[in-house]
Amino acid sequence: MTTENHNHESAIRLRAVSKSFGEQTVLDRINLDVARGETVTVLGRSGSGKSVMLKLIIGLQSPDRGKIEIGGEEITALSLGELNRIRKNVGFLFQHSALYDSLTVEENVAFPLRRHRTMKDDERHKCVRELLARVGMEEAAEKMPADISGGMKKRVGLARALALEPEIMLLDEPTAGLDPITAGEINQLIRELQKERHMSSVVVTHDMRSVRTVADRIAMLNEGGIVIEGTLEDLEQSDDPFVSKFMHESREERTDV
Amino acid sequence: MKLSSQIIAWIGATLFAVSANAWPRLSPTKRELEGPRDLLVGLLEWFGGIGEFCVRLVSAAARPPYEGRELLRQMDEIGSKSLPLVALAGAAIGVVLSLHTRDTLVQFGAESMLPALIIISIVKESGPIITALVVSGRVGAGIGAELGSMKVTEQIDAIEASAVNPYKFLVATRIVACMAMLPLLTIAADFCGILAGWAANTLVEPISLKLFLTQGLKQADFVDLLPAIIKTVVFGFIIGAIGCFQGMRAKGGTEGVGRASTSAVVLSSLFVILADVVLVRLIITFFPQ
Repeated sequence: MTTENHNHESAIRLRAVSKSFGEQTVLDRINLDVARGETVTVLGRSGSGKSVMLKLIIGLQSPDRGKIEIGGEEITALSLGELNRIRKNVGFLFQHSALYDSLTVEENVAFPLRRHRTMKDDERHKCVRELLARVGMEEAAEKMPADISGGMKKRVGLARALALEPEIMLLDEPTAGLDPITAGEINQLIRELQKERHMSSVVVTHDMRSVRTVADRIAMLNEGGIVIEGTLEDLEQSDDPFVSKFMHESREERTDV
Repeated sequence: MKLSSQIIAWIGATLFAVSANAWPRLSPTKRELEGPRDLLVGLLEWFGGIGEFCVRLVSAAARPPYEGRELLRQMDEIGSKSLPLVALAGAAIGVVLSLHTRDTLVQFGAESMLPALIIISIVKESGPIITALVVSGRVGAGIGAELGSMKVTEQIDAIEASAVNPYKFLVATRIVACMAMLPLLTIAADFCGILAGWAANTLVEPISLKLFLTQGLKQADFVDLLPAIIKTVVFGFIIGAIGCFQGMRAKGGTEGVGRASTSAVVLSSLFVILADVVLVRLIITFFPQ
């Protein structure tokens, strides 16, 4: 697809990005690179600014300082029309799935297609059915979001995020609030989709099982900054007190389960 | 007039509600001096916010492609589904007007004025204002709650993330639907009010509908109807815009949704009445009798 830029360009690049809400600094001069086809997991405690980071990347919020580039284009300087052109290439899975609750499952997945692709009704219908089948949700197509479980909502949210065949995926806590078995299935599904579609992804989570399944590289956020970046082994061998505490606690949790 | 006392009562009640809300901030604790200042800052922020909101709205709505499908859906939601309520309210006002004015007119031996009085007061004022207040209750609350819950559950972010402008898709369609449907609803309310006014009248002193209308319409002119109907387009804008604005700025979970919905009703009713004062003055200036 974009092979000519494959080697020398990051899919996502954050440079010295800062964001505050009132007195509270959530992100303080963050740098992060995501290569094409790579999955970076952002770990951190609840409220450490992980979700804010994703919203900055897709331009739902703008940074106080710093640069954010997607596919080599700096998004903070773009007009809304140009930003929307980039957004079509980015899929976003929200923490609580954020399905449109006045639309059926099928209409939810069809929404981006209806807006941005000119196709006949039966063509779109077929495309939506294929997407729903891919996430194992074809039986629920006619249901309303209020009538399906949390795990099913995540699957539909994934199908909707994939509808425009994006090259970049942003996933906000894909397994939060799910039981361990469903969470495992969702993680597996995400991994499979990443491999099939060669997407670059940022996965925000505090769930170590997600990290083990989906991450190529991990960045850990604490107090507004990235404390460590590397593979799971790098994190496990780190001397940083926050990192070792986080890893220790998640190991405990794992043995509990 | 009945209506002016209603307006005064309404404004009084709203001021009471606002000051009751503000009371905890004004309470003589550590924030004794900050209270009124906070209130003023909040008020200025609100007006600044709605100004910015209108600018974003106009720049989003003016550019094609237009959201015809969603607009039709909203017109059905806002218009057709408000019709029974508006018709009932209009009819009730017709009956009440007939009951109230009959006695007064009998005292002066001017019963023959009754049809004209009912028709003129319904067409010029009662019909538009009652329709606007009923719609601001039903639709204002609905829009505030719907957009508020979409906001707090990140559905509005999801729309934005999928490269669709929510101001165009959600806000502009609702406001335009309100502006288009309110005049139609007002005409329906006027019709029901006049019909019910005649029915209430004819129960006391039988008069044919034809005679009632002929007598009434002798005094009323198209100039009475037209500005009153145009006025409701402004009411529609106020109801839609305030409902959407309160919804879009909702935060803080279900409690925030409740607040958005309540404030949408309170503020849109208040601003409809305040705008009415200005509009009536303008109508008198531009459409002299």
